[in-house]
Amino acid sequence: MTKTLMRVFRYAKPYMLYFVLTVVFAALGVALSLAVPIFIGNAVDCCAGRGKVDFDGLKKIVSELAVIVVLSALFQWMMSFCTNKLAFRTVRDLRADVFAKLERVPVKYIDSRTRGELTSRVINDTEIISDGLLQGFTQFFSGVITIIGTLAFMMSINFKIAAVVVMLTPLSFIAASKITKASHDSYMKQSALRGEMVSLAEEMAGNQKLVRSFVYGDRAEERFDKINREYGKIGTKATFFSSMTNPTTRFVNGLIYAAAGFLGAMGAAGFFPFIGVMTVGKLSSFLAYSNQYTKPFNEISGVFAELQNAVASAQRVFDVLDEEEVPDDSDKLVLTDCTGDIKLENVCFSYVPEVKLIEDFCLDVRSGQKVAIVGPTGCGKSTIINLLLRFYDIRSGKISVSGHDVQDITRDSLRSSFGMVLQETWIFTGTVAENIAYGVPGASREEIIAAAKAVYAHGFIKRLPQGYDTIVSENSGLSQGQKQLICIARIMLMDPPMLILDEATSSIDLRTEQRIQKAFAKLMQGRTSFIIAHRLSTIKNSDTILVMKSGSVIEQGSHDELIHRGGFYAELYNSQFAT
Amino acid sequence: MKRLLIYLKNYRKELILGPFFKLLEAVFELIVPVVMAKIIDRGIAFHDRGYIIRMSFLIAGLGACGLGFALTCQYLAAKCAYGFGTELRRDLYKHINSLSFSSIDKAGASTLVNRLTNDTNVVQNGVNMFIRLAVRAPFLVIGAAVMAIMIDAKLSLVMLAAAPLISFVIFIIMRKTVPMYKKAQQKLDRAALLTRENIEGTRVIRAFSRQKEEVERFDKAVDEIAESSEAVGRISAVLNPFAFMVMDLGIVAILWFGGVRIDSGRLTQGELTAFTNYMTQILLALVVLANLIVTFTKAFASANRISEIFALQPEEDGGDPPKKMQSGSSMIEFRNVSFSYETAGDMSLRGISFSIRRGQMLGMIGGTGSGKSTLARLIPCFYKATEGKVLVGGTDVNELDPDELRRSIGIVPQKSVLFSGTLRENMQWRKPQASDDEIISALRTAQAWEFVSKLPDGLDTRVSQGGKNFSGGQKQRLSIARALVGSPDIVILDDSTSALDYATDLALRHALREDMAGTTIVMISQRTTSLKESDLIIVLDDGEAAGIGTHEELVRTCEVYSEIYRSQMNEKEEA
Repeated sequence: MTKTLMRVFRYAKPYMLYFVLTVVFAALGVALSLAVPIFIGNAVDCCAGRGKVDFDGLKKIVSELAVIVVLSALFQWMMSFCTNKLAFRTVRDLRADVFAKLERVPVKYIDSRTRGELTSRVINDTEIISDGLLQGFTQFFSGVITIIGTLAFMMSINFKIAAVVVMLTPLSFIAASKITKASHDSYMKQSALRGEMVSLAEEMAGNQKLVRSFVYGDRAEERFDKINREYGKIGTKATFFSSMTNPTTRFVNGLIYAAAGFLGAMGAAGFFPFIGVMTVGKLSSFLAYSNQYTKPFNEISGVFAELQNAVASAQRVFDVLDEEEVPDDSDKLVLTDCTGDIKLENVCFSYVPEVKLIEDFCLDVRSGQKVAIVGPTGCGKSTIINLLLRFYDIRSGKISVSGHDVQDITRDSLRSSFGMVLQETWIFTGTVAENIAYGVPGASREEIIAAAKAVYAHGFIKRLPQGYDTIVSENSGLSQGQKQLICIARIMLMDPPMLILDEATSSIDLRTEQRIQKAFAKLMQGRTSFIIAHRLSTIKNSDTILVMKSGSVIEQGSHDELIHRGGFYAELYNSQFAT
Repeated sequence: MKRLLIYLKNYRKELILGPFFKLLEAVFELIVPVVMAKIIDRGIAFHDRGYIIRMSFLIAGLGACGLGFALTCQYLAAKCAYGFGTELRRDLYKHINSLSFSSIDKAGASTLVNRLTNDTNVVQNGVNMFIRLAVRAPFLVIGAAVMAIMIDAKLSLVMLAAAPLISFVIFIIMRKTVPMYKKAQQKLDRAALLTRENIEGTRVIRAFSRQKEEVERFDKAVDEIAESSEAVGRISAVLNPFAFMVMDLGIVAILWFGGVRIDSGRLTQGELTAFTNYMTQILLALVVLANLIVTFTKAFASANRISEIFALQPEEDGGDPPKKMQSGSSMIEFRNVSFSYETAGDMSLRGISFSIRRGQMLGMIGGTGSGKSTLARLIPCFYKATEGKVLVGGTDVNELDPDELRRSIGIVPQKSVLFSGTLRENMQWRKPQASDDEIISALRTAQAWEFVSKLPDGLDTRVSQGGKNFSGGQKQRLSIARALVGSPDIVILDDSTSALDYATDLALRHALREDMAGTTIVMISQRTTSLKESDLIIVLDDGEAAGIGTHEELVRTCEVYSEIYRSQMNEKEEA
């Protein structure tokens, strides 16, 4: 825990000045505000009664008090100001670092985590660190100063009564921690139930049409009602427990106040000579301190809970930061003038060592050839993409591109020799032009339009509300086919020597589909292409067909060879003619 | 709004008693400074030992009573708020379940989820806070003011000047910062969007070697977050120090003028102490009040949003009394049906007429947006035909009990959605008590039993939310099986075989024909081969039937159909 904490503070190091200033301003602000009751008490003592008011003294005290009040407010404002800067900038750096880290970890790491989980580490966990650790720290610090300060002032006024107050303190602590624990337990239960309720609501109300089609409404209501009632019961309890804190501590504070008042009054009236000299003014400042003294205790126990939360979040963030990175390969060869020849020799690969997947796989593709990858759904066609683009590295064997072992080439230069269009299109939030120019950031508008025209995407783009400047995203209402055309235009503009294409199977209407076919054909001219193929014409026209089943390549050859062989491919092929 | 107040009716007792007890606590709290003043003025001044002891015990006693009252109030508040929230949520969900499809379209699914989970919680919290604070905070402000006026009316002018000043500053700062907080939140949402997109596109980004630019883009986004958070922080940081400063300066003024009043004998020393106490109490109560206003504003906004959902039209109940389906000759019949969605002006379907018998298969083909899915949605009466008549089992669907009608139809949507729970529970959606045999037989027909039988837990396999632990093809087959369980009279497959390869698609069609002989099948597809054996095929083009007939007839007479057929056949001939 301390290690994690230290690491967070290391992130705050560039903002050390703000940190130091926060501490200084907090100390000054709290100290000054604590002096206020003393001055009030002294002022009250100047007004002994009718005709006995010491106006000179009062004037001095009152004007000093005014200055202190203004200064204290100023310091507290500056403290908040510095805390804000410290917290927001540290969290900014942390976020940028985690995000940059995600660009350097192997694809494997990202594949093995859910999107929500990683996003939450970049966005939410860092926020919790800022709230809990940095802002919590200031609260904690001012709390401690307040306790020490009030104690010191109380002792300076009257040591004996102060001792009584200190003795009563655990009362407040015990009460607060007992309640916090009880309310924490039922609060956890409540939030678990709430999570259950929200996910049920998301499933049911989110798929309302399906619920209606299956006449599932009554059963859904029953399930919802059950959780809802339980939530109501636990929620009542949790809310009640947590709302006990304030009145209970108010009560304990009231007792302390009464005790201090009693002792002070008895002392001032002269009944308890052992208490020492006590004036009315001193009593009133003492009472003011005893009131303030108990408050930080509640806050501090709250801060501790938040701190634990924040440390857990920080741990999650650091876990990402400590992930192993893809090794740096900037000293390797930069692939230029790629011919498009690809050779795979005795390649072995599997995602998990125990489950063998690809064994001793050989393939020789010459420049401009087409390789079709076919097989039933879920047969692992994307594995080939993962290996060619080195998202995953092979276990043994050798892959060479343009005569170079891919291990000797920089990943970036290897990847930019490939153009890739996947079935799951990737459109980021931005204009159509930005999306097309993704691979060539400096491309002119003319080049962009030319690329779009070449792949038959210009027509629909022109009809969008703002043409090429229309902001689009994955869910902005473009059809699957249109999104795919944009992705194809992206590759067209980049003009790579090698291609990896995934033909769409999802419901695209005839005209768009024909357009995509034409676009693909155009793209493939003169380029070495790997096509995850669903269309017979594509498959038949390929130079080599890779037939995959449950992760591995089971047959390999030209269409005629494979039909002749009468294996899995032949069976798959013939099924299309059957009705 | 009125609609929601009904749910408070059962909690009248809590609504009255809660604030009442809280008021009592506040009264007691106000008395404490007075008692302390009395101790000073009488106990100390006259050296009255008994008085000091009695009054000290009184303060402790007042505290104990206050605690009792406060806890009673908190309990009543929690009970009332959660009781209210639970009943509201139950009825809201019931209402959502009764909405017509056009109402669901109007609201949108994510809105419904939000209203049901978030907004109800906000209103619930509003009720809780109302009971706890709505009476207490204003009472403390007014009460402290009244007590101060009773002690010394003239001196309380200081207080009356400071309180509005503080309120004004609180108000100004809140009005300025609320939109700024919103803006900062939007920036944060944008960074979250960037992260999500980046993770989704890992492969593309790396394929394009654009990691550096992505990092720069994100850096800019986080810079903006930091900037807007700092901007709002600068202003909101003023609030507390300023409010306390005004209060303390008020106390300074009270001390000075109080001194003058004491000198002239109009005020005692103890009363002056009490006066400063009230000043502090007013400020604290004002801060609470300001937060309370924010809570209420939010609660009212949420309440209005919930009311909007309640105002949406529920579905009509069919004829009165609802008619029954007949075992006549036609299973589904459209008579000159036209339809337009409420939100769209144009007709989505125009003048469609056809009829199909029990056990037959109806095929539908056409481009995106040609109205295939719309036509299918009229059969279970999800939407009512704008013109013409839709008959199922020889009866107008408007006169059938909608639930009864839908129980006889199995629907496979375009997008396969599975629900969290076991596979068995998912398979029992159409028929709640379906036996394992029935389920397995449906899985077999849907070509899903092959992989389900290999799962270590079989039908007890857990399905995660949305069915994420199954592949696209598996999900599609499971969602087909779900619709087949219990052999419905009609099965509608809305382009639901797109993720299946040819061989599986073929096997599915064969199995459907053999295992579901008495079932009328409506199949929407992009592939002419899938529809070839249909008894009737409707070719839709921009909402109109470009051709209706068998495959052979359409190839000869329908230009649109033969064009699609030829282009798909060409591939095969080439092959």
